[in-house]
Formats: sequence, structure tokens, C-alpha cells
Amino acid sequence: MAALLQVAGLHAAYGLTRVLHGIDFALEEGSITALLGANGAGKTTTLRALCSMVKVEGEVHFDGARIDGRATEDIVRLGIAHVPDGRGTFTHLTTEENLRLGAYVRRDKSSIAQDFERIYGYFPRLKERRHQQAGTLSGGEQQMLAVSRALMLRPKLLLLDEPSFGLAPLIVREIFAIMREINKTEKVSILLVEQNAAMALDLADHAYLIETGRVVLSGTSEDIKKDEAVRRSYLGY
Amino acid sequence: MTTEIALSAAPAARPARSRLAGLAVLFIVVCALPFLVSSYTTFQLTLVIVYSIVLLGLNILTGYNGQISLGHGAFYAIGAYVAAILMDKYGVPYWATIPVSGALCLVVGFLFGLPALRLEGLYLALATFALGVSMPQLIKYKGIDTWTGGVQGITILKPDPPFGLPLNQDQWLFYFCLAVAAVMFWLGWNLLRGRVGRALIAIRDQPIAAEAMGVNNAMYKSLAFGVSAMFTGVAGALGAIAVQFVAPDSFSIFLSISFLVGVVIGGIASISGAIWGALFIQFVPNIADQISKAAPWAIYGVFLIGFMYVMPVGVAGAIRIFWARMKRKAGSSPQRSG
Amino acid sequence: METFLHQVIAGLATGGIYASVALALVMIYQATHHVNFAQGEIAMFSTYIAWSLIQAGMPYWVAFFLTIVIAFVLGVLVERIIVRPVEQAPVLSVVVVFIGLLVIFNSLAGWIYTYTIKTFPSPFPEKPPFGTHLVSSHEIGAVGVTLVVLALLYSFFRFTPLGLAMRAAAQNPESSRLVGIRVGWMLALGWGLASAIGAIAGMMVAPIVFLDPNMMSGILLYAFAAALVGGIDNPGGAVLGGFIVGVLENVLGAYVIGNDLKLSVALVLIIGVLVIRPSGLFGRVHVTRV
Ligand SMILES: Nc1ncnc2c1ncn2[C@@H]1O[C@H](COP(=O)(O)OP(=O)(O)O)[C@@H](O)[C@H]1O
Ligand SMILES: [Mg+2]
Repeated sequence: MAALLQVAGLHAAYGLTRVLHGIDFALEEGSITALLGANGAGKTTTLRALCSMVKVEGEVHFDGARIDGRATEDIVRLGIAHVPDGRGTFTHLTTEENLRLGAYVRRDKSSIAQDFERIYGYFPRLKERRHQQAGTLSGGEQQMLAVSRALMLRPKLLLLDEPSFGLAPLIVREIFAIMREINKTEKVSILLVEQNAAMALDLADHAYLIETGRVVLSGTSEDIKKDEAVRRSYLGY
Repeated sequence: MTTEIALSAAPAARPARSRLAGLAVLFIVVCALPFLVSSYTTFQLTLVIVYSIVLLGLNILTGYNGQISLGHGAFYAIGAYVAAILMDKYGVPYWATIPVSGALCLVVGFLFGLPALRLEGLYLALATFALGVSMPQLIKYKGIDTWTGGVQGITILKPDPPFGLPLNQDQWLFYFCLAVAAVMFWLGWNLLRGRVGRALIAIRDQPIAAEAMGVNNAMYKSLAFGVSAMFTGVAGALGAIAVQFVAPDSFSIFLSISFLVGVVIGGIASISGAIWGALFIQFVPNIADQISKAAPWAIYGVFLIGFMYVMPVGVAGAIRIFWARMKRKAGSSPQRSG
Repeated sequence: METFLHQVIAGLATGGIYASVALALVMIYQATHHVNFAQGEIAMFSTYIAWSLIQAGMPYWVAFFLTIVIAFVLGVLVERIIVRPVEQAPVLSVVVVFIGLLVIFNSLAGWIYTYTIKTFPSPFPEKPPFGTHLVSSHEIGAVGVTLVVLALLYSFFRFTPLGLAMRAAAQNPESSRLVGIRVGWMLALGWGLASAIGAIAGMMVAPIVFLDPNMMSGILLYAFAAALVGGIDNPGGAVLGGFIVGVLENVLGAYVIGNDLKLSVALVLIIGVLVIRPSGLFGRVHVTRV
């Protein structure tokens, strides 16, 4: 069975600094796959590479088509939504405008109104704040907004970069629960980048461990959880 | 161990020595120029020297300290008029007008720099632009035309060479301006390579950090304005003497804009850039004029844009990048070069 | 009193012109964070195009709208072809490119159309409105046109997906790409819109000051001042700034100092305002961060 996302020999660099040294991984359609690794391992860069936000070498296949080298704007149109590191909020625009931008490339304008209600169903707080400047939202609300903005694309694949970063555990749990539900009910595949390995492994089916720009371990979440080295360095027990 | 030191010391010493030798050759060539070219070309080269002083001054402000000025023509005009009025009305010898012009512009520039402290970027661009636009109007103002000569301006005499030197007037002016320029560049060099230069750059790049480290930003910024105006005023006085004429419309906003263009084309925050920029603003308009009599400024504009495409960091910047690349190439094969 | 009123109204009329050009400057500033010094010259050049079209026998309003379209395309082309390559260059290098554009347009206009001044028709009746002599129909019309342009622009940015995308692209290019906005084209579009607005301003000012290659140079300065007084990131503020500058200039010129020094004094006053309120009257206050 062909994977939804297939990455082979991915290299990436910032100027002269090489950051990824040949990453291989695959993501099955309908799954949640996690990329784990310490700070600076290259997780964010991997996500950026998938969207052509850095210079890359290697092959990326998505949904049967080769996408490396295509412009970011075109990759979005194939159905990949990216919740970037730092959330990428349009701080001077309202919450509603941020969400509307998420649906910018969609042609089915009529069903967008419906999607607003769907999103507000998941995150009622965003509805309360819909006319507020997004920059004035709390960190948790901005993270919800970032996820919602991505969902407004009705993506096939959602790339999440550290959605738990800087948030209270309660809010993280809420967001993760909604991610699981979205994955189940809407069949959105998710590629999750996390430093918080414990939470990520609970959510994901598969996981890859990245160290200094290379995949050093991969398997089902259950297997990875049992790995002695992972337990000691990433799970902390 | 000793060989290592010797190896690392040699390449450092060699460029310094060759640089000195280069400078000496350059100096001799420059000094010989008035005898090799026509009187008119000598006059044009004199203006290049004058402009290079302006560009050095403007670079202190805009390049090193990050304060944009679209109005330096105003300080140039003040310097020129002070020299012309002193010579015409008070019979002051030409050489004595230069320190006066410089000192007055230092004060005026410093005072202008005080309110300008509150302004940054575009706002400062507007304020200085306004200064540049207003200056010709102010000079034409009726209340002061007994001094300024109003729209007609003032004509002054070209100085003769002193001590019976066997030079014509153009040649003498060339050497005189060259000598003043040498003093000004020496001043600028000493100012910029030391503590003051570092403070100016720190204020440009990291204003808050600079303040936190005990640099008095306000003082330095106003001072940068004053010193920059002083350089420009000195050049203005030299320019008036060289051209033998001052009139309000010689100091239009276009002059100010040319100065800024010269600084950017020559190279921001670079001392040698002042010379490249001066060559550009003196000669490229002539070249453009030769290419198309009908629309010379369109050609000039094309030159401007073309230069920025090819050398976005100016001539001096491009040279710096070129040498760095050469050095890296040399460095990557140490066996052969050693 | 009547003459004072006249000065104020005439000031509002020229202020309307400054407001349009200021609006064009703000547009490009918002999209690119650059002030386009060539804005006035592009407007002047567009006005010459309108003049040619009218000379060729085209009815005024047809020429008017066709010129707006041409100016729009011209703006887009200039951004794509000339400004694009220096997008990443230092600010001052970009300023020099703008200066290059300025002299090119100025020189081309002089070459093609000569430097002799030309009359330019007004679409508004010659008869003063409401039987008053305080103001000409053209002046009223020009102010009206400015306000219409402002309203259209406001609606465009506020209510259309494209307007929203342009605002987003100006603010956060990276996130904009991630939602699929073609950021490069948004910049070009911003240039196109700014040129179109400039063309309108040019066609409105030309009947008053006559058409010549240097007609916009003073106007650009006032418009720049207006944009800064109003707040460079605030289109409404820029328009208000335009009216303020226009009235200030006229009243000062008539009563206080005469025409010789009015430019200088108006500028000194404007700078005074900026020294007191460095982000303009209605601008966003910028917080400096370490
Ligand atoms: N813009 C950049 N320029 C240069 N180096 C960068 C840049 N962004 C990240 N890096 C470097 O790339 C490496 C990987 O970073 P990143 O992908 O952000 O790691 P992670 O997301 O796993 O924490 C780090 O060593 C980091 O210092
Ligand atoms: Mg990261």
C-alpha cells in the first residue's frame, strides 16, 4: 500500500549550515505519525522542507505526486496544511479574518460558512473572540486559532509543529483530544512534531526519532515507548 | 610552533605592505594627474575631490550611524555661501573661509540633529528632505539678499597659486582641494576606526543595547549630524571656490539626492566608498549625456538601477566581497600558496 | 472672512490631491515597507498617457478609466521587472532604485512630450457650483473623487478576499505562503493599485497646475508629509493628513508669510508635529524592542 507521504533522502540547509542529512520516513493515509527529537534535532526543518520553506534535496511524494521543489503556495493547494513553529498568527487581523485566510485557496466557497461553525464547535472560545485582534488572544487561544486556520483548508494532511509549546497541560490535553477526533471523524492524516514525547506517543500510531538531522529509530508508538534508550532520554522514566 | 606563527604572520603582513605600496602609487598618480589631463578635466577632478569629502561626511551620518539624510545639499550650500560672502563682502582670503564654513556647519548640523533625534527612518528622511527643499527658498529670501545676492548669487575670483608656484589656477585648486581632502580623510579615518566609530555603528545596529552599555545615543547622534555637516560645509566652501560662483538654484534638492546616491553607490559605511561615489556623481551624468542628448537622465536612471542590481552594497562593498572570495580561494589551497 | 473661507476651501481641494498621492504612498508602504519616491513621476507619466488618449479623440471618461487600467499594468510591470530583483537588497539601495525610476520617468516624459506645459481638461462644469465663487466645480469634483477612491479602497481591503490576502501578505509573508497566498503577486498588485491611484491624482491635479514633467515634484513632498502626519500605516489618516497639509499650506501662504516661504514654513510645521508625535497623528505607536 502506497503511503500518503513518502520522504526519501531529504537534505536541507540554511545557507551553508547543513541541518538534515538524508531523512527517510513515510506516513500512512489516515494515520497520526510523530516526529520526536531533542531541541535542535531538525524537526521544524523537516516540516519546513516538506513545504519548500527551506532549500532541499531529496524526494518527497505526496498523494502519488512528487512535490519537492514546488512552491509553498502550490503545495498548500494539494491539501497540506502547516501549523508552523510559533503559530504564524496574523496578529493585526481578527480571529475571523485569520480563519478566512485558512480557506483562501478553496474553490467551494459555499461550504466555508459551514466550516466556520464546525471549527467554532471544536473551539467555542474562538467564536467568542471572532472579532478580536488575533494578537490579543492568549497563547492557548492562538494555538487553537493556528490549528483551526489549518483545518479551514480541509486538508488531507496536517503538519503540526509543537502544538504543546508553552501551553498549560490542560489546554494541551484539550487540543490533543480534538486532534484525535479530527483524525477519526474527518480522516485528516497528521504529522506531529513534538518534544513532549510522552504525549505525542499517546496520540500517534507511528513515530520516528530524529537526532541531528537523521532518523535514528522508527516503529509503532507501542514499540518506541518500550525502547530503553528512548525511555531514558525522552520519556524520563 | 614557530613555523606556525611565521606562517600566520606572513599573510597578514603582506597585504598591509602591498596596501601601503598601492596607496603610495595611487598618490603619485593622483598628484601627476593635473599635468596629464586638460584644464577642464582637472577642474572636474577637483570637483570629484570636493564631492568625496561630502560623501565621507554623509557616510558618517547615514552609513555608520544609520541616520538617512536627503538634505545634505543644504549644508553644502551653507558652506558655499559662507565662503562666498566672506570673500566677496569682507575680503577674507579663500583659504581662511574653509575653517569658518566647517565650524558654522558643525554648529548648524548639531542643532538640526537635536530635534531630529526624535525622528527615525522615513520621518528623518522627510525632515532632511524638507531641509534640502527649503534651502534654495531661504537663500532667495528678500530679507537677506544684501548678503546672498538673491537669485543672482555671488561671483568670486579664482585664487592664484601662492609662492610663485609654476601652476595654473586649475592645477593649484586641484592640489589645494587634495590637501584639504587629505586632512579631512585623515580626520574621518581616525574618527571612524576607533571608539567613536564603534559607538556610531552600535547605535545604528543595536540602539538599545548601546544605550545599556553606557553609550550616550543622543549625544552621539547629534554629534554625528554636526560632524557630517562640518565635512559637507568644508566641501561646500571648496566647491564655491572651485566653481567661482554660488546661486540658490545650484543647491536644489537634486544635489542632496545626488549625494545620497553617491554614498549608496560608493558603498555604505566605507571610507573608500566616498571616492567611488564621487566619481560616479561627477562623471556618470556626463556619460549619460553623451549616450543620449534627448533623455540623458533616463540613461542616468538606468545606470543607477543597473549599479544596484550588480552591486547592491555599492562599489566598495563589491570590492570587499571580491577580495573575501579571493582570499577564501587562496586559503583553501594552503600547500601551494605556502 | 469670505477670502479666508476661500483659502480654506481651496486648501481642501489641493489637500484632496495630496491625499490621493499620500494614499498611494501608504498603499505601497503597507505592502512593502518602502516609500516609493517615484510615485509622483508615475502619476505624472500616467497623466500624459491620458492626455494622449484625449488628444486622439477619446471621450474624457473613457480615457480616464483606460488610463487607470494602463497605470495599474504599468505599476505591476515596474514591480515585477525592476523592483523585484532588489527586494532583498539594503533599504538604501532600494531608495536609489526608486530615485532611478524617478529620473527615468521624468526624463522620458520630457523627451516624449517636451517640457512645454500643456492644458489638461477637467470633467467637471466650468460654471462654479451653487452660484458661489468660493470654489470651482473642479475643486469640489477632485475632493469628491478622492473620497470615492478612499471608500472603494476601504471596501476592497475590508470586504474582499483579495484585499484580505494583500493585508496578510504585507504583515506576515511566511504565514501567507502557508495559506496559499502568492505573496510576490500581492506586492505587484499593491504597486498596481498605487499607480492607479496616482494616475487619478495626476488627472485631478493637472487641470489646476497644468501638465508638465515636473508637475508632481512639489506634490510628492506634500503627500509624503501628509502620509507621515496622518500615520504612514493608516490610509484614512493619510487622507486626513492630506487635507490638513493642503489647508495649512494655503492659509499660511495667504496670510502669514506669503508664497515665497510657504513651502519651508509648512514643512517646518509638519516636522514640528512629527517631533511631538513621531508616529503621526493617527499612526500606530511602535514599540521598540531589544
Ligand atoms: N533560520 C536558521 N538559520 C540557520 N540555522 C538554523 C535556522 N533555523 C534552525 N537552524 C538550525 O538548524 C538546526 C535544526 O533546527 P530545528 O529544525 O528548528 O530543530 P527542532 O525543531 O528539532 O528543534 C538547529 O541546529 C538550528 O540551530
Ligand atoms: Mg522546532
